[in-house]
Amino acid sequence: MSKKIAGPEIERLVQLLARLPGLGPRSARKAALALIKRRQDLLLPLADAIKTAVEKIVECPQCGNVDTVSPCTICRDERRDPSLIVVVEEVGDLWALERAQVVNARYHVLGGHLSPLDGIGPDKLNIGSLVGRAHSDDVKEVLLALNATVEGQSTAHYITGELARANVIVSRLAQGVPIGGELDYLDEGTLAAAIKSRRQV
Amino acid sequence: MQWSDEGVVLSVRPSGETAAVVELFTRSHGRHLGLVHGGRSRKLRPVLQLGNHVDAAWKARLSEQLGFITVELRRGYAGSIMSDGDALSGLTSLTTLTRLLPERDPHPSLYEITLFVLSFLDDASVWPALMVRWEMALLEELGFGLDLTSCASTGSTENLIYVSPKSGRAVSAEAGEPYRDRLLRLPPFLAKGRQAPVTAEDIRDGFVLTGHFLESRVLAPRNETLPEARGRLAATLGRAA
Repeated sequence: MSKKIAGPEIERLVQLLARLPGLGPRSARKAALALIKRRQDLLLPLADAIKTAVEKIVECPQCGNVDTVSPCTICRDERRDPSLIVVVEEVGDLWALERAQVVNARYHVLGGHLSPLDGIGPDKLNIGSLVGRAHSDDVKEVLLALNATVEGQSTAHYITGELARANVIVSRLAQGVPIGGELDYLDEGTLAAAIKSRRQV
Repeated sequence: MQWSDEGVVLSVRPSGETAAVVELFTRSHGRHLGLVHGGRSRKLRPVLQLGNHVDAAWKARLSEQLGFITVELRRGYAGSIMSDGDALSGLTSLTTLTRLLPERDPHPSLYEITLFVLSFLDDASVWPALMVRWEMALLEELGFGLDLTSCASTGSTENLIYVSPKSGRAVSAEAGEPYRDRLLRLPPFLAKGRQAPVTAEDIRDGFVLTGHFLESRVLAPRNETLPEARGRLAATLGRAA
């Protein structure tokens, strides 16, 4: 039986940190030690930040994004193109697109994808409000920026069907050779998609 | 314990940050699960898409353990149908329904049919009828095969156009006429010896037929329902009829 080396409060801190992505028990212990050593300038501000986040973070009622204001900062931003809605599976995907600064549009976060294995049907995704938004006069195009997986694309096709009555263009991300990709190293699924999506130059 | 086999990817569940628990439908070892190290990596994600045909090697200390699987792509079917919503629904339905098979129980003939269906998923004029035949084969493998060789009432092998929803046996046009509202339609492409082009209506009838027996004999006793993707597929094909 292993001996306990710290009090229950510290053990709990380590256990909770170990649940975070990228941290195992060993690295959680290191992180906990670093926090304890830098109690004033790191542990207390972090505790404050987490407490504030818990109190203030809300899901945007319009797009499903998370923010501390409602509607979220992106939905409030009047400089964004209101005619284009970019649909993503998760908030992480929205952040990825924002990081890349490739689109200046509004978003819609579905909260996942259709998954029969996990019992996630259309009713468990944020699709109804997307259809409502798509019927607004301002919206001209809905871009389905969903993962290039069987589940992601099945979800995209389902949404396309749901948007059939809305007067909008429904588009999706291109699929094919990534920047810096060498054909020799690409899987055949990507190659097949690239050949199908070929265009005249 | 270890084996090498080929299989079709049925499901992939994340395990930890980089691994995945993968479920395969293998030729000689049936439906089999195992942990794939790096299953969520950039390299393996394209390989571990539903419906892809892979070479697999399983290894565990004891046979009852989950064990570890290494995979290598043989043929990727998912990538070629990403832009076809119906084919994606068909693929999702096929992989979900295959999970009705008992674990580690080989079904080599169904495996062959599965590969055959997958190889035609990019041809919309062929795969819906193949999918109906695949569901018939699944029912057969699960012990609920339909007898479409002769009429349940008269024994005739001619003009079989109905199926009894109770017995799962074919019924001829003459014998079934008084009960036609209560009988299921037998599409010509499923009846032995009847050669005719497959119409959208035949496909719809085929899905109604297999759907009825899958629901009543396989899924209802397990308190399950048909996959939502199959419902969407049947609805789309039904609209086309």
